[in-house]
Amino acid sequence: MLENWTKKALLEVQEYFRLIFDAIRDTFTKPFYFHDVIEQFDAIGVGSLTVVLLTGLFTGAVLALQSGLSLDQFGARPYIGRLVSASMVRELGPVLTALMITGRVGSGIAAELGSMGVTEQINALRALGTDPVRKLVVPRMLAGLFMVPILTVISDFTGIFGGWIIARYQLGVATSLYWTSIIDGLYLEDAWMGLIKPFFLGFVIVTIGCHVGLRVTGGTQGVGRATTQAVVAGSVAVLVMDFFVTKLIYYLIY
Amino acid sequence: MNKSDQTASTMTLDEALQGPGAPVVVFDRVSLSFDDLAVLEDVCFTLRAGHTKIIMGASGAGKSTILKLILGLLHPDAGAIWVNGARVDLMRERELMAVRANIGMVFQEGALFDSLTVRENVGYKLYEETDLPLDEVGRRVEEVLGFIGLSEYIERMPSELSGGQRRRVAIARAMAAKPRLLLYDEPTTGLDPITATTVDDEIIKLRDLENVTSILVTHQLRDAFYVAGHAAVRNDGRVGIVPVSGAKSQEAEFIMLRDGRICFEGTADELRRDQDSYLRTFLS
Repeated sequence: MLENWTKKALLEVQEYFRLIFDAIRDTFTKPFYFHDVIEQFDAIGVGSLTVVLLTGLFTGAVLALQSGLSLDQFGARPYIGRLVSASMVRELGPVLTALMITGRVGSGIAAELGSMGVTEQINALRALGTDPVRKLVVPRMLAGLFMVPILTVISDFTGIFGGWIIARYQLGVATSLYWTSIIDGLYLEDAWMGLIKPFFLGFVIVTIGCHVGLRVTGGTQGVGRATTQAVVAGSVAVLVMDFFVTKLIYYLIY
Repeated sequence: MNKSDQTASTMTLDEALQGPGAPVVVFDRVSLSFDDLAVLEDVCFTLRAGHTKIIMGASGAGKSTILKLILGLLHPDAGAIWVNGARVDLMRERELMAVRANIGMVFQEGALFDSLTVRENVGYKLYEETDLPLDEVGRRVEEVLGFIGLSEYIERMPSELSGGQRRRVAIARAMAAKPRLLLYDEPTTGLDPITATTVDDEIIKLRDLENVTSILVTHQLRDAFYVAGHAAVRNDGRVGIVPVSGAKSQEAEFIMLRDGRICFEGTADELRRDQDSYLRTFLS
């Protein structure tokens, strides 16, 4: 039983890396489905804007609320801007944005590609002379790669803005003090950390969704299973990837 | 050496493959298994240009698998498959794209792309995989939709069509790029007899008016014998479907599959006359 499980797991990993290899190769060779790329940028990027804005805003707000009380114990309430901004930019912005996109986009991709698979639309694509990886995976991979960092930056800003609302109107911290502490406390390395991580996270979310979706078997039940798998595997991968990329960035630039 | 032999020996392979009666699909002792289950065993047949092969058999007999092998969607465990002179069983996915350019496939449930309109579905191959000007593609799409009588549905989404209309749009999509070979995978399954007849009529029209070589996979006896026993004729610019007899009715070749093996190959009359107990049960 353990042997079977191990073989199955290794096969999944092998197929996942093969998909990534094919997708990267197809990105740099013709034909390139440009309008599909634009469509996916819109679906993944613009489509996720609301959820990312709300996530960022309330995360920043609750962070200010919770840490404001703790900082009071040390008389450090004026430093709340520094704490909120560093937490949002370095860690919470990238990770929470990635997790929300896993729920919204990763599951959607798995369901869409899975449904196409069980209704033979993927085979129809191949029969019509189209490579499904080129047509379906490459545009989604590029959209994940480039839109997740942009969404993360937006989430960071709304989080800091949410923190300011609480700091100003509930904790009574002056606006100038809040923003000055952010400018003083946020280093260029933090910005790099917050910008580099989402590229990796966006890449794994989307490629896992595509991998799971393209391997769906077992009809509509299989599509449901794939959707769950995409969210679970994507979320775990986001957290694992976050840890290793953080370690790498600390090693390289701090 | 007589004159025809001399002519044959001076032909290039391309010329031989383009000529009338040239082999379009050749299966040579093809076998395929999924895990321990043998899906096809030692399957051999040849389909010649301009001919129709009707593959019949019970569910799970391996009929649809043959079509997927021709397209290179599956690869056999043993044997050789030639399609338009190319050895598809040895080709990789990228190399297969050129072979697929000359093949049209009608999937069991149509397999239309949900997110595209009828126009985009029918013109998919021409829009996405060729450099044809858009107005030329548009004209071809309107032409094939006119051929199958669905011109007024051109801007509809697949979800707005009936089952029969979806199959007919799938046929239009398959024929839009003028392939040499058309493959039909159970095109009438699940349709009422009247709608099934309209789909059969499209298959007959394509065969007789467009000279498309085809393979029809079905377990519907009525459809198989209808396609074999009717012809499309053009009278004063109007197309009619009429019953045929004599040599013309014997042109369609039947293959009966049983548990992955060919248990019969011949004409409609030979099939009707065969005394094999399995065939008798299947035909009863």
